[in-house]
Amino acid sequence: MLELRHIDKTYNPGTVTEMCLFRDFNLSVPEGQFVSVVGSNGSGKTSMLNIICGSIPVDAGEVAINDKIINSQKEFQRYRRMGRVYQDPSLGTCPSMTILENMSLAENKGKPFGLGRAVNRKRAEVYRTQLAALGLGLENKLDTRMGSLSGGQRQAVALLMATMTPLDFLILDEHTAALDPRTADLIMQLTDRVVREKKLTAIMVTHNLRYAVEYGDRLLMMDRGHVVMDKAGEEKSTLVVDDVLSVFNAISIECGN
Amino acid sequence: MLDLIISTLTQGFIYALLSYGIYITYKILDFPDLTVDGSFPLGAAVTAVLLTSGWDPYLSLLAAVAVGALAGFVTGLIHVRLGVRDLLAGIITMTALFSINLQIAGSNLYVEREIDTIFTAPATMALFGGMSLMGRKLVVSLLLAVLVKLLLDVYFSTKNGLLLRAVGDNSTLVTTLARDKGSMKILGLVIANALVALSGSVVCQEQRAFSSTMGTGQMVFGLATVIIGTTLFKKLSFVKGTTAVVAGSIVYKICIQLAISLGLPANLLKLVTAALFLIILVLGEQKKLSLHRKGGAKHA
Repeated sequence: MLELRHIDKTYNPGTVTEMCLFRDFNLSVPEGQFVSVVGSNGSGKTSMLNIICGSIPVDAGEVAINDKIINSQKEFQRYRRMGRVYQDPSLGTCPSMTILENMSLAENKGKPFGLGRAVNRKRAEVYRTQLAALGLGLENKLDTRMGSLSGGQRQAVALLMATMTPLDFLILDEHTAALDPRTADLIMQLTDRVVREKKLTAIMVTHNLRYAVEYGDRLLMMDRGHVVMDKAGEEKSTLVVDDVLSVFNAISIECGN
Repeated sequence: MLDLIISTLTQGFIYALLSYGIYITYKILDFPDLTVDGSFPLGAAVTAVLLTSGWDPYLSLLAAVAVGALAGFVTGLIHVRLGVRDLLAGIITMTALFSINLQIAGSNLYVEREIDTIFTAPATMALFGGMSLMGRKLVVSLLLAVLVKLLLDVYFSTKNGLLLRAVGDNSTLVTTLARDKGSMKILGLVIANALVALSGSVVCQEQRAFSSTMGTGQMVFGLATVIIGTTLFKKLSFVKGTTAVVAGSIVYKICIQLAISLGLPANLLKLVTAALFLIILVLGEQKKLSLHRKGGAKHA
């Protein structure tokens, strides 16, 4: 269970560019829920993710996971029980290391990085099975450098790496936005499968309204720091893209876009 | 002629220790660390003082390693905890060290002939006593260079070593692995400057002298050797970075030795070093001196 309680956030306070984004913003995501978030640029989607994982501070309010307030935890500490896949496929893996080295790093998350051997060849078989499940033929490329793979392949491995260790929460930050439509579809299907199989609590920001409608248990639309649409359960499953699009357009016209 | 070859190789091995350090900061951490110009003479200054006061030469090596590590730690703290830019953090420590080195050993300090160094100490004589002093210098520096190389290779294959490599490769990933990238950067600077000071210590023992100006240009020298080495072996992926760096150091020392043999005045040495470095940079097409933060083009 993730909760944002009474969050206030103002950018550049006390200057001419002062911009109040959140005032008493609340959100709660129950365990096991897969939430997709849509909204135009500047609506606060990415700020919300950054507040959850601690890359930007809040002015007031609480961030809580399973009722434990984590405001005082630094970004890297919060990632102990969180995973994140970024929009840029190069951010999820180390380009100069092999797939095997990358996966060894990811599997060790949460444990000490001491002077034990980094790469355990015995685990290679397990990694191979996990890679084979991606269906991209990566199982035979364990010793290939990450940097020589395509964006889609890297993003698939990044997704795998982000979810190798037990998580309280998975953040998907427009993670299909930099991929071609076919690869994006593939990554989206993989994401759905991983989230379901591992019963993850996840929040996915996307600009793709179709993904937001098709995938996930709940859909949020944000506008200027407010949730303007929140559909879950029955309401969500009967939702079609046109419903979302009409609300989206209405907001955009209001903003003068 | 043979003497010249032996002494050039010896220089190559001794300075390889410094090059390992720069390999860690420049190549692995992507951190242009100017601390080197101060931590190199720091290692020499401490060694000169300790040797003259009767310390064991091998213990003096370890003492140099410790003070070098401390210098790297200071640069790391300035950069990571106080948020000063990488290049400036190094310059601050380097400048401070210049005065500190003068305080430790004055502007020049000679180690008298009768004082033992690692090349004449009883332990060395027991093993290589049959050789000439020159031969011992070659063997001892070769052993040191190989020993440190092997230690580094082992370290880079550990979990901690892999994480250190990840910091330079993709620091965002280190954060999502729930590790503090700042602490890892500090650790890298500590190891690097410990090695640089070790190199300074061996140089001091080899030439039996410390001079306050001996650090000038060492960072550029180290960068040149790292870039020569990694460029030479770019196509051969099975050659480890540390091996490439030793080769780079030797090639570089041979180039300088050739220049001197061809009648280059010693006063022009740094000028030639700078020119050589520029040529290597342009030829190697590795103009990534990190003065410009990398990743600027990634906003697409």
